[in-house]
Parts: sequence; C-alpha cells; structure tokens
Amino acid sequence: MPNEEDPRVTRVGSPRANEDDLRVIGVPRRRVDARAKVTGQTRFADDIFLPRMAFCKLLRSPHPHARIRRIDTSRAVAHPGVYLVLTGKDVPIQYGILPVSQDEQALCVDHVRHVGDPVAAVIAREELTAFEALDLIDVDYEILTTISDPKEALATPEPRIHEYGEQGNIHKLVALEFGNVEEGFAEADEIFEDTFFFQGNTHLPIEQHASVAIKDQDGKLTIWSSTQTPHYLHRALAKVLEMPAAHIRVIATPNGGGFGGKSDPFNHEIVVAKAALILDRPVKICLTREEVFYCHRGRHPILMKFKTGVKKDGAITGMHLQTLIDGGAYGSYGVASTFYAGALQTTTYHVPRYRYQGCRTFTNKPPCGPKRGHGTPQPRFGQEVQLDKIAERLKIDPANLRLHIVESPNAVTANFFRLGTVNLSECIRRVVEASRWKDKFRKLSEGRGVGLACSAYLTGAGLPIYWNKMPHSGVQLKFDRSGGVSIFCGATEIGQGSDDVLAGIVAEVLGINPFDIRLFTGDTDLGPVDLGSYSSRVTLMAGNAALQAAERGKAIIAEGVAEKLEVPKERLSFADKRVFDSVAPEKGIPFEEAVCIAEARFGTIGTVGSYTPPKSPALYKGGGVGPSPTYSYSAAVVEVEVNPVTGWVTVPRIWIAHDIGRALNPTLARGQVEGSVYMGLGEALMEEQEFRRLPRKLSHALVHKFPSILEYKSPTSLDMPEVITELIEEPDPQGPFGAKEAGQGPLLPIMPAVANAVYDAVGVRIDEIPITPEKIMKALAEKKAGREPRFGPSHFPHINWPEALRVPPPWEGGDGNAVNDVPRRTRTVSKKEKVLTS
Amino acid sequence: MLNGEETDASFAPYKTLLEVLREDLGHTGTKHGCELGECGACAVLLDGKPVLSCLVLALECGGKQVLTVEGLGEDGHLHPLQDAFADLGAAQCGYCTPAILVTAKALLDQNPHPTRDQIREAISGNLCRCTGYLQIFEAVEAAMLKIADQKTSAT
Repeated sequence: MPNEEDPRVTRVGSPRANEDDLRVIGVPRRRVDARAKVTGQTRFADDIFLPRMAFCKLLRSPHPHARIRRIDTSRAVAHPGVYLVLTGKDVPIQYGILPVSQDEQALCVDHVRHVGDPVAAVIAREELTAFEALDLIDVDYEILTTISDPKEALATPEPRIHEYGEQGNIHKLVALEFGNVEEGFAEADEIFEDTFFFQGNTHLPIEQHASVAIKDQDGKLTIWSSTQTPHYLHRALAKVLEMPAAHIRVIATPNGGGFGGKSDPFNHEIVVAKAALILDRPVKICLTREEVFYCHRGRHPILMKFKTGVKKDGAITGMHLQTLIDGGAYGSYGVASTFYAGALQTTTYHVPRYRYQGCRTFTNKPPCGPKRGHGTPQPRFGQEVQLDKIAERLKIDPANLRLHIVESPNAVTANFFRLGTVNLSECIRRVVEASRWKDKFRKLSEGRGVGLACSAYLTGAGLPIYWNKMPHSGVQLKFDRSGGVSIFCGATEIGQGSDDVLAGIVAEVLGINPFDIRLFTGDTDLGPVDLGSYSSRVTLMAGNAALQAAERGKAIIAEGVAEKLEVPKERLSFADKRVFDSVAPEKGIPFEEAVCIAEARFGTIGTVGSYTPPKSPALYKGGGVGPSPTYSYSAAVVEVEVNPVTGWVTVPRIWIAHDIGRALNPTLARGQVEGSVYMGLGEALMEEQEFRRLPRKLSHALVHKFPSILEYKSPTSLDMPEVITELIEEPDPQGPFGAKEAGQGPLLPIMPAVANAVYDAVGVRIDEIPITPEKIMKALAEKKAGREPRFGPSHFPHINWPEALRVPPPWEGGDGNAVNDVPRRTRTVSKKEKVLTS
Repeated sequence: MLNGEETDASFAPYKTLLEVLREDLGHTGTKHGCELGECGACAVLLDGKPVLSCLVLALECGGKQVLTVEGLGEDGHLHPLQDAFADLGAAQCGYCTPAILVTAKALLDQNPHPTRDQIREAISGNLCRCTGYLQIFEAVEAAMLKIADQKTSAT
C-alpha cells in the first residue's frame, strides 16, 4: 500500500517519481517485510523451537587475564539432564573475521583474555539445568597481570595478551604519508594541535545474540543465527569444524538490530554447531544481556591528536593525525578499524598533504570491533571540533569555512580514494538555512547554542574481507508462471530494509508490485553470496546485482512478448503489472502472461546478476581500507540548552541533510537517517562502555562497570529531539537508480555538532565523548578560575612509529603506490600479505 | 485468557509470563532483551495495563486477561496501530515493535487523543535502537486519527 509523499521529510533535488517514470523507486511505501514485523511473526533466532532441542550455556572467565591450568568437568558431566560438556580442546582451531587476525578460539584452551571469555560449554535438556551445571565445572586459573588501557599496554610488553602482533601488546601499527606534511605545515598561516578522546561504546541491539544448530537428516549442518555476515560465518565454521563448507548451511535470521555487533563469527555459534553435530539433536543458545556486553565488538576507545595547518582563509595545507586505539582482547576487525580511523579525513575537505599514524593495542577487555561508522566517528569528532576551533581563531563562520574547503565531486583524494557525487556543500547550505544558523550562531542567550559538523561515509567497502576476485554480491531471480518473482540473495536483513531494497528494485524494473515478490535471503544454501550487512554496502552492491538480474529477466521476457505482439522489443514498457507498447499502451498483456509466453519460447526463466566494485587507485599497502564505489555526505546542526548549574544538556532540535544519491524508499531512508541521529546523540551525551577494577582483596580484576541495559545509558523516547531531515538527491552513477548509503554516515556529524553547540552555549570545549554533565561542570569550573575552558586529554603519548609508507598524492604525480615499498603489482605477494583488510 | 481465548497451561512454578508465553504456549511474538525489566521488549497487556512479562510470574496470571501482539488484529485485519507502524517506518528490525504496539494500544484505550508528549511518556520504558522513535510517535498519531475516524463512522 503506497503512501502519499511523506510530508515530514524534505527531499531536495529529488527526481520525483513521475518525472523519471518510476513507480516504486523513490515512492514512500510500506516495506515488504512490514507485516511480519508488526504481527510479531518475524522469526528471530531465539523464536526457533525444534523437537528434541537442547540448550547451551557458556562458562565464562571471571578473570580479565589468566592462564587456565586445569579444567575439571566431571561433576558437570554427571549432573542429571546434562548431555554434553565441551572445553577448548574440543574446538581448538583458531578463527577470526580477518585472515590476519585468526586469534580466537570458540572455548579458550589455556589463556583467557577478558572477563567473559568462554572456557566451557554445557548442553542440557533444559536451559536452567545447563546454567546450574556451569557451577559444577572447576577451573584452576593462574592470574596474569591485567592490561587495562592502551597506555598500560605500551608500558607493559609482558605478559603478552597474544603471541602475534607488532611487539609486546601492540597489535597493529600503521604509518602512511601522502605528500610532505612538514612542507604543508611550513606553508600554513596557522597551525592547530588538539588532542581528543572518544570513549568506547557498544551497539546494544535489543535482540540478544542467539543461534540454533541442527544436524540435518543427511548429516549436514544447518545453523540459524542472528548474524550480519552469514558468508563469513560459513567460512569460519568450515575452518573450525573441519567440515566441507558445502556441508554447512548458514541461515541468517532477521537480526533484532545489528549496528555492527553481529558481524564477527562468534564462539557461541561454533559451540552450538559442534554440539549439534556430536549430539545429533538441535542445540540452541541465547545469550543473556550481560553476555552480549562481553561479546561487544563495539566502538574502539581512541585517543587522538590532530595537527592541522591552514591558510588564513581556512584552506588546509597539511594534516597529521595520530591515534592510540584500545582494541580489547582480540583482533576482530581491529586491523581494518586502525586503518579506517585514518582513512576518511580526506574525503570531506581538500587535504593536500596528509600523514596518518595509528596504533592499536590489545587490552584485557571485551574485543572492540565495528560499530556503525566503523573507526571513523572518533576521528571525525576530532576533525570537526578542531575545524570549529580553526573557524573561531580565523574569525570565519564555521559553515562558510567548510563550504570553502569542501572536496570536489569525482576527485581522487591525497590517499587515492576516488569520490563520486559530492553534495556536501548543498547539505551544509540546507541545514544552515533550515536551522536559521546565521540568526543563532554566537547569538543565542547564555546556555543556548548551535553547533555544526559534517561527515562522509563509504557506500560499501571496496574490497572483501578475504582476498578474492569474485563478486561482492549476487542475486538470482526465478520467474513463475503466476507472475510471481522469487529473489534469492545472501543479503542479510538486519532491520535496515535490505529485503525491501531488493524487492523495490526488481519490482521497478519488471513493472510489478513489490508484494508480488518472494524473498529468500541470508541463506547460504539458497542464495548466491552477498558479503553481509556491513560497511553500508547492501543497497549499492546487492541492489546493483538485483538490478542486473532484473534487467536480464526483462530482456528475455521482452524478446518473447515482442514476437507475440509484433512490436519491436525496444518499444516495450513494463509497468503496472503489464508489458505493453510504449507508443500504443493499450496494446499489451498482463505480466504473468508475458512470463508464460517467454517460458514457452525459451524454457524455464531464471536470471542472475552480480556486482563487483570498481578497482581502486589506492595501490599502496593499507589502501584496501577506505575505497568505496561512492561516498555519502551529511551535515548537521544541533541546538542545545546547557544548564550552567547542573551541566545537563538538553537537545531540542537537530537539522540534518544527507546526500543519499537517491532514496529508494524514502520512508526507510528517513528512518535510517533518524536512527543514525538517535544513535549519534546517545554516543554524544551518555553512551559509554566503562570498566573498573575490583578492590585488591576481590582479585583486583578489571570488570565492566555497567553490563546492563539499565546502567548503560541510552536515549529513551523522552530524550529524542525533533529532527528535521533533508535528503539531497542527485543520483550517483555507481548506485542502483543512483542510491548511496544512509545507515551510517548520518551518525557521524552528531557528536562533534553537539560538542560545538555546547561551546556556543557556555563557552567550554569538551574534547571528549561522551559529553557528560560532570565534564561540563569541570570545564565551567576551569573557565571560572580563568584557566583554559576545556575538558579533555592533554597529551598524546610517545609511540615508536615505523617509517611511514610514502605515497605521493595524485597532484604530485603519484601512481597510488608507495615510493619506499615494492609496488603491489610487482611485489611477490605472500599469502599473509595478500589478505586485505577492508 | 490469552488474546481472548481461554488458555490452559502447565508449567514450572518459577516460570515468568514471558517464558510461558514463548516456551509453553508458542507465542513467540513477545520478545526479550534483558529479562531484567530494563528494555521493555517483553511488554504485554495484563488486564489492559502494560506489564513487563519478564517480571511477572505466570502463576499470577490465572483468571486475568493477557494481550500480546498476536491478539492485536481482528478478523484477519491488522489493528490500525499495526497498519500505521507498517506504513510509516515505525518498525525497522521489528524486535521492540510487538511491545511498543501493545503499550501504545493501552495508551489509546485509556486516552484516545494523547499529545506527542503523552505518547513519548507512554513508551518511555520501551527501548528502540533503530528508529530514533520519531516514526513511532507519528505512527501512533496516525493510528489515533484512524481509530477516531472509525468510531465516528460507526456511530
């Protein structure tokens, strides 16, 4: 049931549906899976109940860092109702999402690295029985020194949390230089050096991770799991279980929220798979909320230092960014996160020379990984707050400063990322106008303020997680004689609307109703590979694959109908469930008849489509992280009210403009933008993953301060401000119908815009996220005492950086390779190096 | 009574209403996010009032009316709240949706014309991580108007 145009969202430059003769794309409408969601029929992993199903619970380490001397499971095994107890030796093979970080074990064999690391599993008739039996497992631990943060990790090379990495407890060091940054600083009129800290936070999906595994009647394995990346889970299971991947079927159930937190292969998934194979009965696990906090893979805490040189007019002459990244206990996506933290600085504003140095350390905390924005919100916060400081010192309006330095469309950046459409200027102009910025900035009464910030984000990672030349997404279509069309695709529905994207595109091309389509997605047996719901890739990549498959189907049908109607096939139109002569629309037949004619003529009709991103010009080592077919852009203005007595921040209104290329379903696009704003606001003001040490007499362990939803503060309906959303639509040639991403980019400007607004309101700089009342009060006290009115880190520690790979930017004649490294094309690539880290 | 139907169930006495609904009665429409009364995902109506089913012992529900998302629609038609949520993007992942729907129903049953602030207040115990709540507010308002229209045309 299509709606009227949504009055609550402005679409700028929107090619209106009828102008492009589009019937589905661009029209706000009910998503294809909406009915299931509003009737409670969407089947999440924990909603699966199977006959003879057993339940699994994991025994987790109470210590942040310890050696396992001995595990005695005999009492648990003997407990009535217990079917099986597994320990690390049953599943010892290491795995991990990145080929370079195969550092996890489904159950720790001899080393636990964070509170919550699993050491044993009990599978029992009842969940309660399994839970009781955990207490009957005796583990003898030898406590090791806990490394609680990156500074401790730098100072404490032993004991090592992992036996691999750069050295000691440094997991990854990155040093890249694009042009001579010192020359850039020499040309600058002013140089700014600022240090920022972004605290870690977590995804907090309302659905707890759950999985159910069975051994099929033919001995093969099927697992249903709340995963965003069924294909990568498929590979990890084959590796750890030492089974042919062809004998494993992974079904990604719709995720009850993902946000990046369900993108790694998880220990609990491997454990239930192993148990189902041994027991030959279904085995389920559903994590408790506390355990979800231990899974984590959330936002990395990052300390960062920006040194930026600018001319008097604000033009950037050079930028040097250093990051110190708290990785937690495992690699996860961390190598990619380390590169991402330095990748996108060049994609918003023209940065002619750029140096990035990043350091990720291991610490004894749950592993960090990809959360919405993956590694880029932290430096984006620093960059945009520093720009606010630059604008103030140069006495330029921050909006005008940004408009002056916005990067050009189709530019190749200093670090060799090729941009697509860039409508950041339009985004800025729209939020400035809508918010009446010029009437408010530095003009509101004390305690009220506005702040502006911008961002860019990938529309899909340009490279897969493991090196291969195959498509990133594939779609198969089956055409039924009834006129029904079935879509088969590995794409994973995590709430963002990936099923609706596929259905919308196919329906548009074939001129049918999205509700006439059946979807079979997220299933490794049924659909061709899609790499997963991460890096904002699904709309563009699965969408392009669907577009190609649909166009091919349309061509076959048109061929058959053209003969039948004696109309040139180029003249045939597909719309309103009909195939007709566009010159004489009354001459036509219903779609289902068209399918039958084509089937009679050509045989069974099925088509495929696939998508592979364009080759990136970033050929240097590390250039695999950051390239994308195109980038989305956002600008936001946040209005705040700061209570000078309590430091409490209230946000009444946020204006956001998002350069989306084209909104395929504007209802969902707006939901992605507003959901991003919401999550960004939570990060800005309250969300933080904090740890504390227990008293010495209680083991001195490093534990979560808040492993609960109640204490991990996130915005409720009472905290949500009014959001005025504008979608800027200039179709991008890379996207299906011109679409770019919307699910991550709009989160990025919110945190710095809040910080900049707080400064406008009360004149204090909070250079740290989240911006809590306590920090504001401390900064206000500094201000009152006549000291620097600021709260934030004061220095960046010394790190022994490796020699930077020097890559001359395009305007200095660079070819994308480093001059002090063997060019990638001629280098003998070792297996390890072949691994790309997108 | 579950969704208007006389319902018998036998279960261990320590089980919560949430567990009995999902595990013993096959009503998996009601979800859970913490089982500690913190997230609101398990809300159902008990004698018309929203309760967190993870904090209610099923034993306490004898002789009472329980309404879950499965009981919202009538005669094969979606409830106006369900239609509005579906049309206006108020359900993204759909995990918190069943609880918000029944909570909103309780609000509209008690107050047919709530203000935006009253809607905010009513669902403030239901966390949603996807939508940012705004499309949920709008869907409740749209359903409110539709229900009012239906009542007017029925009289």
